[in-house]
Amino acid sequence: MTLVATDRTRTPGLLERIGAPHLALGALLLLYPAIASDFFLTQIGGFSLLMGLLGLSLMLLAGYGGMVSLAQITIAGVAAYSVAIFGENNTGVLGLGWPWWLTVPLAVGLAGIVSALIGAISVRTEGIYTIMITLAIATGFYYFTNQNYAIFNGHSGFAGIKAPVFWGINWRDPLPFYYLCLAVAVVCYAAVLYGARSTFGLTLQAVRDNQRRMRAIGYDVTAHKVFAWFLAGIIAGLAGVLLVWFNGRVSPGTVSVQAAISVLVIAVVGGLRHPIGPFLGALIYVMLEVFAIDLVGAERFNTLIGLVFLLIVFVSPDGILGLLRQIGPGLADKPLRPDD
Amino acid sequence: MSMRDSASTAIAAASLGRRPLWVGLALVGAAILVWLVVGLWPDWLNAILLSKKAFVSAILNGLTLAGLYFLVASGFTLVFGLMRNVNLAHGSLYLLGAYIGYEVATRTGYWLIGVAAGFLVLAVVGILMQVIVFRRLEGDDLRQTLVTIGISIVAADLMLAVWGGTTYQITPPLWLEGAVQTPILLAVRSNGSPVYLPYPFFRLVVLFLAIAIGVGLWLMLNKTRVGMMIRAGVDDRAMLSASGVNVHAVFAIVFAVGAGLAGLAGVIGGSALSVAPGEDVRYLLASLVVVIVGGMGSIMGAAIGALLIGLAEQIGLIYFPTYGVVLTFVIMVVTLAIRPQGIMGKAR
Repeated sequence: MTLVATDRTRTPGLLERIGAPHLALGALLLLYPAIASDFFLTQIGGFSLLMGLLGLSLMLLAGYGGMVSLAQITIAGVAAYSVAIFGENNTGVLGLGWPWWLTVPLAVGLAGIVSALIGAISVRTEGIYTIMITLAIATGFYYFTNQNYAIFNGHSGFAGIKAPVFWGINWRDPLPFYYLCLAVAVVCYAAVLYGARSTFGLTLQAVRDNQRRMRAIGYDVTAHKVFAWFLAGIIAGLAGVLLVWFNGRVSPGTVSVQAAISVLVIAVVGGLRHPIGPFLGALIYVMLEVFAIDLVGAERFNTLIGLVFLLIVFVSPDGILGLLRQIGPGLADKPLRPDD
Repeated sequence: MSMRDSASTAIAAASLGRRPLWVGLALVGAAILVWLVVGLWPDWLNAILLSKKAFVSAILNGLTLAGLYFLVASGFTLVFGLMRNVNLAHGSLYLLGAYIGYEVATRTGYWLIGVAAGFLVLAVVGILMQVIVFRRLEGDDLRQTLVTIGISIVAADLMLAVWGGTTYQITPPLWLEGAVQTPILLAVRSNGSPVYLPYPFFRLVVLFLAIAIGVGLWLMLNKTRVGMMIRAGVDDRAMLSASGVNVHAVFAIVFAVGAGLAGLAGVIGGSALSVAPGEDVRYLLASLVVVIVGGMGSIMGAAIGALLIGLAEQIGLIYFPTYGVVLTFVIMVVTLAIRPQGIMGKAR
């Protein structure tokens, strides 16, 4: 207690708390539109940020909670489908036409609730079992959306979903969409970083490290884990809303098993020990996806991404972040816990 | 031996005498079951269950599908039980087996050679995977899982490159084709001759093959020396290694049998249903749900899980087509809620 008190007496300024690397990165991301074409702005900038958000929701669960989930795309899919169902689409099925300020909070909230439910099912198990159960849930949701025509419009899904226009800005245009993605990503990134040092975040990490001890001390381990799922669901839900605006459509292909695995690939390739990892992984994934046509042709993209993934898992279990740390300890953030 | 036998008979007789109510109920239940199969159904029962033909077909289809699921999932659970790694490329093994079976069976003209090739080639692939991949990552669950996911991504893409997106059908030989008359009475014609339910012979063979392999696996695990080592390895790997057993060799055998079973199931499934991209995911899902429900690492659990899921899927297909998948997941969630370790799983 005294330690914390003495720490608090010297309050560092806001800039000092944020740190030089973050400021430099922030400036770079803010100025990126000045040099980037529309294609680079949306297809690489915006898309990397929103895929990074999906990876971030997994990083929160896996890095801080020790729960590797393959259902994050399912949760994002719930939000994406909600936007299509409650908002407007041109498919002729549902599309209740509610305004964006109603559908977006509803979509994100639903994603959070669904995530908490998935969490409630899977927290009774650990490790591999969590992976297996979340993979089973993700696959089941995919087949269900594929077969259900009343709510999900079956195999074709929904098309013609537009990002809203407000404050005189069309948020589907490249520049506004990029800044929208950046804003959401920065808020979520900062929230995860801040939350990791909060009482809840520290408790969650303690549960990850020694669940039995935390239970013995008297913490409600299950409640903490389910709440972590809820928070990760909010982030994944935000990513899902951005994703459906980005694509303009949502179909079972959006929530397929391959997409579920892509999120894991992004998070693991980037690194699960720091929230910046998933964004790094997303950037590499998106760059590969865009430029793989020049390397191996569009058809064999999955072989390429699979091999890159295998290579990184074999070389560095901590992904790109781990590699950076091996090259120079000062380059990457300190590990969250001593290497074990 | 005979003493124990007579003792158990005596106990059985005693419990029979002590619980007349339960025995009576069981007898009545068995009689109803026999009547349901061989007898004609009254109209009200037909009205509830669409028709006897639809219902009985759903049950039989469910049983044969369960046989297929058991073949895939038994290999999956066998590998997991001993080596504690989820081979998430297991669905890819199924699909590769199906393609190899198709190629060999069409080129040689002999279906049985295709089946054997499916088993053998995949057994070799399994050993290679064990030696090249898993031996390096021993004890590191998460990395094993990630690597097998990576392998499944690459494998699915390469299989798409080689065999394309077309659907293949492996043709079973003539002696396995055609339908047999089952002793299930459907109706009685006006001239008094009974109508029995015909059922595809091949599907019944699939079911009996699954039962035979299940019994074979049980015998291998419980009656052979290798089975003894495997069971010892499930309980305490370090102790098995310390007592002088070449654990690596045992692992390789288990992986060969597990992967070979997936390949065999691929050829059988490709003959009963069809071969197409995406089947790898379908059978991975089936294996996952079957072992989650049945209890991981248990052959008996895989059989129970496969029965539940196969029957649920086929009955769901007839009575609520869209929600068949949901029924499967209701079973999974309910099982997890009551027994997180699965029906036959050991509490850890």
